[in-house]
Amino acid sequence: MANILQLQQVSKVYRSGNRDLKVLDEVNFSVETGSILSIVGPSGSGKTTLLGLCAGLDRASSGSVELNGIRLNNLNEDQLADVRNRYVGFIFQNFQLLPTLTALENVMVPLELRGEKNVKNRALDLLDKVGLADRGHHYPTQLSGGEQQRVSLARAFSNQPQILFADEPTGNLDAETSEKVEKLLFDLNKEAGTTLVLVTHNLELAAKTQRIVRIKGGKVVSDVVVS
Amino acid sequence: MAWRDSRRNYSRLLLFISSIVLGIAALVAIYSLGYNLQENIDGQAAELLGADLELSDNTPPTPKIAALIDSLGGQQSEERSFASMIYFPKNAGTRLAQVRALEGDFPYYGQLETTPATAAKSFRNQKAALVDQTLMLQYQAQVGDSIKVGEVTFLIAGILTKAPGQTGIAATVAPSVYIPLSYLTQTGLAQKGSRIVYRYYFKFVPKTNIEQLVKKIEPTLEAEDYNFRTVESQKQDTGRTFRDLTRFLSLVGFIALLLGCVGVASAIHIYIREKISSIAILRCLGVKASQAFLIYLIQISGLGLLGSLLGASLGAIIQQFLPAVLQDFLPFELETSLSWVSIGQGILLGVIISNLFALLSLISIRTISPLNVLRESFENVTLSRDPLKWVIYALILLFVFGFTWLQMKKWTDALAFTVGVTFAFLLLTAMATVLMWAVRRFFPSAWGYLARQGLANLYRPNNQTIILVVSIGLGTMFICTLIFIQTILLDRIKLSTDGDQPNMVLFDIQSPQKTAVTALLKQQRLSVLQSVPIVTMRLEQLNGQTSTEALKDTTTRRWRGLFSREYRVTFRDSLISSEKIVKGKWIGEVKDFGGVVPISIEDGYAERNVINIGDTLTFNVQGTILTTVVASYRDIDWGGVQTNFLVLFPKGVLEEAPQFHVLLTHVPNNEVSARFQQTVVQQFPNVSMVDLGLILTVLDEISTKISFVIRFMAGFSILTGLIVLIASVLISKYQRIRESILLRTLGASRRQILVITALEYFFLGTLAASTGILLAVAGSWALARFSFETPFNPQFLPILIVFLVVTSITVIIGIVNSWGILSRSPLEVLRQDG
Ligand SMILES: Nc1ncnc2c1ncn2[C@@H]1O[C@H](COP(=O)(O)OP(=O)(O)O)[C@@H](O)[C@H]1O
Ligand SMILES: [Mg+2]
Repeated sequence: MANILQLQQVSKVYRSGNRDLKVLDEVNFSVETGSILSIVGPSGSGKTTLLGLCAGLDRASSGSVELNGIRLNNLNEDQLADVRNRYVGFIFQNFQLLPTLTALENVMVPLELRGEKNVKNRALDLLDKVGLADRGHHYPTQLSGGEQQRVSLARAFSNQPQILFADEPTGNLDAETSEKVEKLLFDLNKEAGTTLVLVTHNLELAAKTQRIVRIKGGKVVSDVVVS
Repeated sequence: MAWRDSRRNYSRLLLFISSIVLGIAALVAIYSLGYNLQENIDGQAAELLGADLELSDNTPPTPKIAALIDSLGGQQSEERSFASMIYFPKNAGTRLAQVRALEGDFPYYGQLETTPATAAKSFRNQKAALVDQTLMLQYQAQVGDSIKVGEVTFLIAGILTKAPGQTGIAATVAPSVYIPLSYLTQTGLAQKGSRIVYRYYFKFVPKTNIEQLVKKIEPTLEAEDYNFRTVESQKQDTGRTFRDLTRFLSLVGFIALLLGCVGVASAIHIYIREKISSIAILRCLGVKASQAFLIYLIQISGLGLLGSLLGASLGAIIQQFLPAVLQDFLPFELETSLSWVSIGQGILLGVIISNLFALLSLISIRTISPLNVLRESFENVTLSRDPLKWVIYALILLFVFGFTWLQMKKWTDALAFTVGVTFAFLLLTAMATVLMWAVRRFFPSAWGYLARQGLANLYRPNNQTIILVVSIGLGTMFICTLIFIQTILLDRIKLSTDGDQPNMVLFDIQSPQKTAVTALLKQQRLSVLQSVPIVTMRLEQLNGQTSTEALKDTTTRRWRGLFSREYRVTFRDSLISSEKIVKGKWIGEVKDFGGVVPISIEDGYAERNVINIGDTLTFNVQGTILTTVVASYRDIDWGGVQTNFLVLFPKGVLEEAPQFHVLLTHVPNNEVSARFQQTVVQQFPNVSMVDLGLILTVLDEISTKISFVIRFMAGFSILTGLIVLIASVLISKYQRIRESILLRTLGASRRQILVITALEYFFLGTLAASTGILLAVAGSWALARFSFETPFNPQFLPILIVFLVVTSITVIIGIVNSWGILSRSPLEVLRQDG
């Protein structure tokens, strides 16, 4: 099967003051379309940085990132935004809902940005799937953490992305809620057949994916396919 | 701790500071100006008067006064001044001027400033004149040309640039021409009926106790109704005039400060909102609510002090420029110096008011519970229920009231001001609230996404709608009101020049000249629109009491001028359009004259001088004693071009009294006006003419100068409004920054974010500007209707311009602010803490 994501010799260097900090060091890996993969590693190892590069949120210092056959290195900010809107879904550790929009509106945003009409029903459908159909008119501050993360799940799937990036999606949730959200994530993913890249330091969660990439100090130290 | 905590969030605190800087600067500058004026008046009082003592009246000195003048000794000068037409033979230019016939060495302090400088002395010994520079400029005259005053042609010895006590404005209204007193009789202008003011100037040997001297001569002066001025009285009079001016200006400055406080309140509100998590953490770590409150109170007080200090320094700099702005209105050179008292006042004011407004938001710190660490829900902290908040509102109102009271010295005025400002605030808040409600209620769901998002931002959580509408609205209101008032004033004058309304007044026409002047008018195809006979008289007794008796009566507060003034009276059998009877009965004709004459007086004059219907007034009509009784009060509209009179006699009494005449006519254009004036001046040098066209130009000039001063002051408010606007928009930017980055993450293009922002601020700007304009229209209408008593026709163009400018500035500032966001990498979303 084809690769939806391909990284070659990707490095990321941050300049802090007059010192260079190499956060990612010549990372190579690719993700097969439709696969589910997790990236694990200790805090500060560069997971979030890697995710950002894959999703076109940031640019690599060197090396190339190819998403769905498009070389991200050559794109400008607006083109990157367009790629994200078309092919990418996000789930963040801290939910990142727009505080000024209701739950329903948050789910609708990616579609509306695309200029699609009559998106309300689709958004309501998705909210229904995450069990929040009756909370659509609530603002994020009026929702619990678990509920907020479910809204962000609905939002992530609303534009029918080809690939979904989740950065420690349950990092801010209690065990019970985490389990619920995890289940929803995997269910929705299965239903949509989306590629999923999951960053976590929760090994139990990682074990539920087909492949585990372990990074440490900005380098991929192991890449195992779970049977 | 307080300091450490403020290290981040610099920019927000900077806004807080800059919000009050301009207001404080304006106030300090104005206070300093006030002190400087006082100092300069004190220092230059002698130059203001030009002498130690001045005696004056509009009648020649009585034998007693003449004797008194002789007995006073010292150096003496005499001046007779009157309005008259002057004529430049070179180009046949003619205009009404203030002719001053002078003898002696006046001024004794200061000098007549002339070009060439020697002219101030040399003109006195020859057939020569000093001509005010405005006249010289207007008629392109040069030194060495000639000028005709009455029957005499004088050589122009010099250009007059400054005379004691004269302001630039006064020179524009009635430019002076000085001639030697010895030629006055030859001019033929000093006839009976001319309104000549007689002035006697004295300079005594140094160390003369003027106060004692005045005390000695005061009874005689009062008995003879002669006016006097000394350096000391002049000091007080001038001081009073300028205190009024500085009071008015400081109110304008105060409005700028209040506007700035809106910025303070909003900056602190947002600041605290952002600090909630830190505060909650502090609370978790065991800091008491009161301690947390104190930490921020100290912080804000420090910043208030810093802002006030900056403002005061700026004010000290601005103050250096005020004299240039005001010079035309000042009868003396204004030298500026630093006034520490005013700087202190400004700083104190700034600290108090910024703290009061900051407290509005600061007190909510007390209600932030440690629980907020777990879940941020500032929205749920119900601030309005906090009774302390109402106490602070009350304190603010009290402070505003107290401050304005100190400025205006009248509690009713202060109350009106406070209520007015509060009303404007409330109305704008209400408008914003209604808008948010309406947008929500009638949300146009059919609109495109970007428009909907922009519109929806108006009512979403953390919105800035109210604060922006209030600050932009107030700013707009202020600017518009200024424009409106200016047009009202100018309109009022223009009104009278329209159509066939009289626009030229000929006065001082002697009875024998009347037919000839009328014939001259006919010959020029001009019609007599109104012909009014005028008889001059003096009041001898009121209800049988003489002036001294009536004025001694301390139960009533009468003006000294009641007896000392010369009454210019007319007689007719009917009322004219500008007057109506408000009390008593109008009697138009006395058939068999012999008894008491029923007269009518202006209501305001009667009230001020406590003259009731039925009171008897005894007039001296150039030697003949006439007893009259007040039969009615008239309300007079002084606005139009009509001759109106405080005292009006019926027909059948004054017909045979010595009199002169005023004729009103309409001249179609400047050319006819000039030609006609030349003819009249040559044939009847004693007749004076006022062309309304000229008055209009003069008033236009004055109002331009005044409006420059007003604009200069309003500039502070407008600038502050702008800063508050930028502040509010910037503050909302901090809130929107995450939102915009998130939108970027989700794939929004640069254009999409810009459009959303632009639309949001467009809606805001539109609403705020239109509310402000509406308020200004309402306010100006009320002013026009009740205060100026003229119809108010707001001009469309200025309104449109203000509207467009305010709206586009709002949108531009909004867009410029979010520009920075667009260059930020969306990656930050991943790293930010919830
Ligand atoms: N903007 C930045 N400037 C400098 N260093 C950064 C920046 N962003 C991240 N880092 C550093 O990069 C390293 C990797 O961070 P991150 O990718 O967030 O790790 P992880 O997500 O695995 O915890 C950390 O040491 C962090 O301090
Ligand atoms: Mg991370």
